[in-house]
Amino acid sequence: MDIFLDILISASLWATVLRIATPLILGTLGELVCERAGVLNLGIEGIMTLGAMVGWMTVYQGGDLWTGVLVAALAGMLAGLLHAALTVPLGLSQHVTGIGVTLLATSLSYYTYRLVLPQATTPPTVTPFQPIGDGSLLGSLPVIGPVLAQQTPLTYFALAAVVVVAWVLHRTPVGLAVRMVGENPAAADAQGLNVTGVRIGAVMAGSALMAVGGAFLTLSAFNAFFFNMINGRGWICIALVVFASWRPGKALLGALLFALFDALQTRLQQVSGAAIPYQIYLMMPYVLSIVALIVMSRRAAYPRALMVPFRKGER
Amino acid sequence: MRLEARTAVPLWLTLAAPAGAVLTAFVLCAGLIAWSGAPVLEAYGRLLAGAFGSRFALTETLTRATPLILTGLAAAVAFRAKLWNIGGEGQLYLGALAAVAVGSGVISLPAPLLIPVVMLVAMAAGGLLLLGPAFLKTRLGVDEVVTTLLLNFIVLLFVSMMLEGPMKDPMAMGWPQSAPVVSDAELPRLVPRTRLHLGLVIAVLAAVAVWVIKSRTVFGYEIRSVGSNPRAAAFAGVPVNWVVLRVALLSGGLAGLAGASEVMGRTGYLTLDMSPGYGYGGIVIAMLAQLNPLGCIAAALLVAGVFVGADAMSRAVAVPNYIADVLVAASLLCMLVGMLLVRYRLRWR
Amino acid sequence: MTAAASAPDGPELTLRLDGITKRFGSLTANDGISLDLRKGEVLALLGENGAGKTTLMNILFGHYVPDEGRVEVFGRALPHGSPKAAIAAGLGMVHQHFTLAENLTVLDNVMIGTESLWRPWQDRRRARARLADLAERFGLAVDPDRRVGDLSVGERQRVEILKALYREARILILDEPTAVLTPQESERLFATLRRMVDEGLSVIFISHKLPEVMAVSRRVAVLRQGRCVAVRDTAGLDRAGLAALMVGREVTAPSRTPLPPGPPALELKRVTVAGPRVRVPLRDADLAVHRHEILGIAGVSGNGQSTLADLVSGMAAPSAGQILLFGDPIARHKPSHFVRLGVGRIPEDRHAEGLVGDMAVWENLIAERYREPDFQRAGFLKRGAARAHAGDLIRDFDVRCPSPEAVTRLLSGGNMQKLILGRTLARRPGFILANQPTRGLDIGAVTYVHERLLEARGHGAGVLLISEDLDEVLALADRVAVIHAGRLSAPMAREEVDVRRLGLLMAGEEGHHAA
Repeated sequence: MDIFLDILISASLWATVLRIATPLILGTLGELVCERAGVLNLGIEGIMTLGAMVGWMTVYQGGDLWTGVLVAALAGMLAGLLHAALTVPLGLSQHVTGIGVTLLATSLSYYTYRLVLPQATTPPTVTPFQPIGDGSLLGSLPVIGPVLAQQTPLTYFALAAVVVVAWVLHRTPVGLAVRMVGENPAAADAQGLNVTGVRIGAVMAGSALMAVGGAFLTLSAFNAFFFNMINGRGWICIALVVFASWRPGKALLGALLFALFDALQTRLQQVSGAAIPYQIYLMMPYVLSIVALIVMSRRAAYPRALMVPFRKGER
Repeated sequence: MRLEARTAVPLWLTLAAPAGAVLTAFVLCAGLIAWSGAPVLEAYGRLLAGAFGSRFALTETLTRATPLILTGLAAAVAFRAKLWNIGGEGQLYLGALAAVAVGSGVISLPAPLLIPVVMLVAMAAGGLLLLGPAFLKTRLGVDEVVTTLLLNFIVLLFVSMMLEGPMKDPMAMGWPQSAPVVSDAELPRLVPRTRLHLGLVIAVLAAVAVWVIKSRTVFGYEIRSVGSNPRAAAFAGVPVNWVVLRVALLSGGLAGLAGASEVMGRTGYLTLDMSPGYGYGGIVIAMLAQLNPLGCIAAALLVAGVFVGADAMSRAVAVPNYIADVLVAASLLCMLVGMLLVRYRLRWR
Repeated sequence: MTAAASAPDGPELTLRLDGITKRFGSLTANDGISLDLRKGEVLALLGENGAGKTTLMNILFGHYVPDEGRVEVFGRALPHGSPKAAIAAGLGMVHQHFTLAENLTVLDNVMIGTESLWRPWQDRRRARARLADLAERFGLAVDPDRRVGDLSVGERQRVEILKALYREARILILDEPTAVLTPQESERLFATLRRMVDEGLSVIFISHKLPEVMAVSRRVAVLRQGRCVAVRDTAGLDRAGLAALMVGREVTAPSRTPLPPGPPALELKRVTVAGPRVRVPLRDADLAVHRHEILGIAGVSGNGQSTLADLVSGMAAPSAGQILLFGDPIARHKPSHFVRLGVGRIPEDRHAEGLVGDMAVWENLIAERYREPDFQRAGFLKRGAARAHAGDLIRDFDVRCPSPEAVTRLLSGGNMQKLILGRTLARRPGFILANQPTRGLDIGAVTYVHERLLEARGHGAGVLLISEDLDEVLALADRVAVIHAGRLSAPMAREEVDVRRLGLLMAGEEGHHAA
């Protein structure tokens, strides 16, 4: 048990937790925004891949890091627009369209990467975001300073995004519009709101967040793009949205909890050696996601119009 | 713009939709090929020739189509009941793992008995795997899309664990691969000196069987009613949950059979790169076929042709062969729009 | 306001409809309708289901675009197809089915769409103050911070009206507002409407109920088959004449010959249906429906009717108590078992629960019996037998459809209901559940359904009629019970029914049947 406690109070563990959590926070927030507007976005896995590739490629081609993030967000918005265009005005199955967007965005990312770098055997690298360091304001705080100092600006972007999304959803007219089209699009329409427009906008905004989450992996956590690097993170985010009951604050909590488990099991794996096959540890995030879905299933107060297409003039 | 439901759908439209969708996808992807600097028409010519242009190409395409027919059927039968099984990939691998577990010498039977036994075990493995998410869906209302997707990752890690652990082939010089299936469990070749094997016949028979189930049997009637209006089906007395569970067994079983057919007919043993996404390909095939079991055969041929042909094209004109995945994904999205246009008429204003 | 009541060209003109025509395919829902509305008046729009009232209002409110005609509000032409323009012009609409988001608060529901989307924050304090002021002025008290899902139906309607007033509506349109209210709640609504016209608002009141039209309106416009057939001052109108105008012929109530009740068909003994998935639990229900009898259940919607219907159709099992069918306890609470025992079930919602729209007519007609040897052998459907069976039912029940192969969703509502009647009644069930059997049907189809139910009663069936249409219950039932908040009142014989007392029971104002 001592080992466990030592692990738990080490600053490096918590630094790892924040790093693992960042893409999950962004992906979960993005999915949450889409679903609050009534659109399930299963394109998330592909959009995160696209963000990871596009962000990295921009920097590799000479753009600076923030330009890379911005381009990733724009690419995410485009993919989101594709998903929204098919599911919102046309009302196509959100399940199948989302899978299609994931397949398309993923294969496009791989195709582009191979096209630009046909011969790369070892993936080329870029200089990623650096930790903010001990000298910074946050890094010099007592107790949590060492944890915060190790984080890169994108992690702080993710944390800020939680606050912004929560504020926008619950305290602004546009947030109310998003929630309304996700709960009762007919009611929103009757008050003169453009349901289609609000939904498309929400999906695009959410997709941009997802793409930035993907870009975090290539521009902050690592410094290169690998195939299969998203590795199911998008699907985990979808489970986290349910776990978070569609609330931004709880989404942050869920992502952190999730990252804590993930970081802990990596440590335990190092301690336990080869006694347990490493695959068991790697399975844990996926198993945990399923468990989270089961636990929340009874309480899930999902947006009433989630996955319900809205066509004007039909009841 | 608004949509108006068609009162009757002419047959030609049903057939034109997938053709139009694939054609549109090819036109859209022409830009990507041009971007690579390759001549578009020549590239597509190479693709076509590589897929269907020779006896060898054709057998390769058919070999590639075999598992795709089965995963396509798996998706089609599940989607028909609105069970969104996106876990075909995992079910395929678990089926393959089960096939090598029983087919690599644990039991010895003459081939005519051993082959069906191994296949049934693989089907059971795939079916049982989907039973979990189906149960969670019917009992707790847990969305099966996410659970089946997550299970794909879990199964792949499980297979990896098995291939590096208890089921590792000691003769494989350290590679994580399973012991080969015994020769009595191997599917005979259909055409000598090619890879085309009996699995194709089994897949086609499966398609016919699923068609009969869908359109002629009580079970098929139940599947269709549960798929189009579960509340009304339940009210009329259809045991909705029981139907969903049986569909899960059938769907997962078909995907598991795809895995068995691969290890018994093509590779002989199981590795972690056996499937280049056949499970996900099945979703595209099911949609291109508009969930029609017989249509799955044609759709699988098409998708297999794109993959086989893209490899040939990639060698000839240096376009990354990921173009095949792009083409297939674009076809899926175009097909979704196509299906909408089959059901509805677009009216402007 | 009574003084100036009958001077149509007195006060200012607020709304003018001119030659509104709307076609849906071959159906002309509105045929050249012209109307005008004046300041400070209630205009009743009277018409049967399907007469075109709701279509007209949807045009007015921008949900549909008319094929011909124009709308003028306060002298200005209203652009078609824009709810936003309608709101801006001062129109407010209270739909028959509320357009509220249940998971959001009252304040959220009221504020939606009232502020510019790109404001960085909402002015909730000002909104609260305005809401409180409006509630005070018009007698529409409701807590702004409650979740709409937790409100009663009457309160939700108040929220809808507040929503319109909050947007400074000068013309309020209410579509069948009393359909979901108890008689007492309706009275309260009428009081609110009077306050509104006193403040100079104009109201269009859509209804097909004659007494309330007479009670609340100054003028009546009658719609029939898409045409406006008459506009009259309410004062000095007689009900029979108005009814004749509305349906285009003399109304004949279905003839219900008294029959001696037979042995019990269905008995509920202290049955409770509760649980996490039950929205409105049924508590301690005691009930007996006899053969040769129609027992009507009156009540305001959402008071447990669905739970009761689920119970007697096999969709829900009791958590306590006992159900007897033809004297025997029921072994398994499953729809198929109920059907086998001889229960006929007419569900509340044809589209959602009754039929599978995408399947063929013949497939829907065997939906309750597809496992019987008549229609299957060794797991294979006997398609020929099923089609022949469908042909017979289509003929016997006068279903208008091209063939048994026709796709069900393309049929009209009336024909769908005939399909369900055919499926249910053809096997001569000893007990029938008829849940809202005529909702949304045109008058011809309503008569047909009523006749068939009375015929089944004549053949010895016991019928449990659940209806929110009090007139329907009173026209058909031999005995009447009231359901309120999941509790059933003691049934009373039709002849002894006092409508005022019924209303009190429906509102839960009077003691329940002591079990």
